[in-house]
Amino acid sequence: MIVEHALLVGISKSFGLFYLIALSVAVVIYAMWPSNKKRFDDAAQSIFRDEAGPWR
Amino acid sequence: MIAQLTLIERQYAIMISAAVAVCGALMILVGRDDAMGIHGALVFLAGILTIFRIGESYFAPAPSDERLAHYYDDPSKVAIVLAMIWAVVGLAVGDWVAWQLVEPDLTFGVAWSSFGRLRPVHTTSVIFGFGGNALIATSLYVLQRTSRARLPDQVSPWFVVYGYNLFCLLAVTGYMMGITQSKEYAEPEWYTDLWLVVVWVVYFLVYLRPLARRKEPHIYVSNWYYMAFILVVAILHIVNNLAVPVSLGHAKSYSAFSGVQDAMTQWWYGHNAVAFFLTAGFLGMMYYFLPMRAGRPIFSYRMSIISFWGITFFYMWAGSHHLHYTALPQWVQTLGMTFSLMLLIPSWASAGNVLLTLNGAWDKVRDDATLRFMMVAGVFYGLTTLEGSFMAIRSVNSLSHYTDWTIGHVHAGALGWVAMITFGSIYATVPWLWKREQMYSPKLVEAHFWLALAGTVIYVFAMWNSGIVQGLMWRTYNESGTLAFSFIDTLVAMHPYYIARAVGGLLFLIGGCVGAYNIWMTIKVPSAVTDLAADVPQPAVVGSGALRAAE
Repeated sequence: MIVEHALLVGISKSFGLFYLIALSVAVVIYAMWPSNKKRFDDAAQSIFRDEAGPWR
Repeated sequence: MIAQLTLIERQYAIMISAAVAVCGALMILVGRDDAMGIHGALVFLAGILTIFRIGESYFAPAPSDERLAHYYDDPSKVAIVLAMIWAVVGLAVGDWVAWQLVEPDLTFGVAWSSFGRLRPVHTTSVIFGFGGNALIATSLYVLQRTSRARLPDQVSPWFVVYGYNLFCLLAVTGYMMGITQSKEYAEPEWYTDLWLVVVWVVYFLVYLRPLARRKEPHIYVSNWYYMAFILVVAILHIVNNLAVPVSLGHAKSYSAFSGVQDAMTQWWYGHNAVAFFLTAGFLGMMYYFLPMRAGRPIFSYRMSIISFWGITFFYMWAGSHHLHYTALPQWVQTLGMTFSLMLLIPSWASAGNVLLTLNGAWDKVRDDATLRFMMVAGVFYGLTTLEGSFMAIRSVNSLSHYTDWTIGHVHAGALGWVAMITFGSIYATVPWLWKREQMYSPKLVEAHFWLALAGTVIYVFAMWNSGIVQGLMWRTYNESGTLAFSFIDTLVAMHPYYIARAVGGLLFLIGGCVGAYNIWMTIKVPSAVTDLAADVPQPAVVGSGALRAAE
């Protein structure tokens, strides 16, 4: 199969545009989702949690 | 080091070293008429020396199971020492080539020391030697602590550290013998590239296995960045280096791509090397060591997630801004330019996160040069990404491209961001790793900070001036419509800036030497306090900044 230049341009100007926008929206929703807040705050604090070494 | 390995691990290590030595011997045989044979000897020697090194301690008593109660940090320690050696060598060669531009006779008339060969020695030593070793060292350190899991075994991390340094050594010795595939930041030839693929796949596996066994429910954001760094560098390296050697016994190879496709693949690789080697990995470093050192969590964890996905998906498309006004289709150039502009959002989210995390702890930044290294790194990260987005605009690029402005931009990022965050992280982690109360000399850390900052500022300002002067002289026409300045006129105009640049680089080099000495002394001089909590880094206690009389 020969991939023509015009085909690549077509894909990137249609599908390429929308999947990246959709992805950006999805990431922002995931990051800002209210019920995720506790998990993220916990993750930010996790590096300070006192512990003595590997768990196994 | 070897005594920590179990008997079966010692046997595995000997088998791997023997396999490396056999590969070296084969390279000597098939490459005897070529510079490749010399590399074969180097590989053979590396394998044999490792076997002897293991043999020395082969009959040492087996380690007790007590080792499993601690993280495995020996590979990180060795990689930090190697990183500092590469830093001193790479910065010294960099300053040498800077002086060569001031005074061309400084090549001393031999082939190996010509500018074209020493420049990749400089870039490979600092980016891959210094940066790469620091990334391997800190990534394994951070991985174990954030997952609360020990490295899966004690041989594969050593294979990664030593294998990677063998790659760096083959690369720089090759350049001096004239072995190069002439792709910027991807100069090593096919057999060196193949070796790196093996090492890198093992690195990825070493990284995945503790994550799979982690105790924390959430994977801390540093690990996301480190994993993006490892995974994407593997993809970039493999695709850009697809090539066919002229024969198995020759170093020379030809790329699988040609013409504008070759250029596009190279700069897709080149700019993503900046993105995933010089940015993502070091952001991983920043998101762990900055909160630890400041004793406060990252300002916005949400912002770090948004910036992670932004950087991962935007950077992939930005490479074509290196090819403005070329045979590359116009729409691809515009695509690269647009994505470069959009990159400002995730980049500034991270730079803002640095400053906002420190907001409220400025007294610590004032008192602690290590934390100041990280703060300045964040500032330079913000400045450089703004400048980068700006320079990617096609019309701005018409002035800046091919001039020293680009060199200034790269060094604002490499010295101001990458080296500063690395030195900060190393100064934070060395006392933790070697169980010392603090660095051998906090005063020398302070001296290093000011030398590094002064060197960077002098370097960057010299190159901004030089680049813009150069760019303007190239596009100045006289009344008859011909160029007003000859090429040699621009060289004369740039000469004073080249001297300033070499002086700035010298300051940065002296700072690096001071740092290497300080780290070495911290390792050598035993600490007064020996019973520091075993494996746990010691974050500064929140709000414990010592009050001074004036307060």
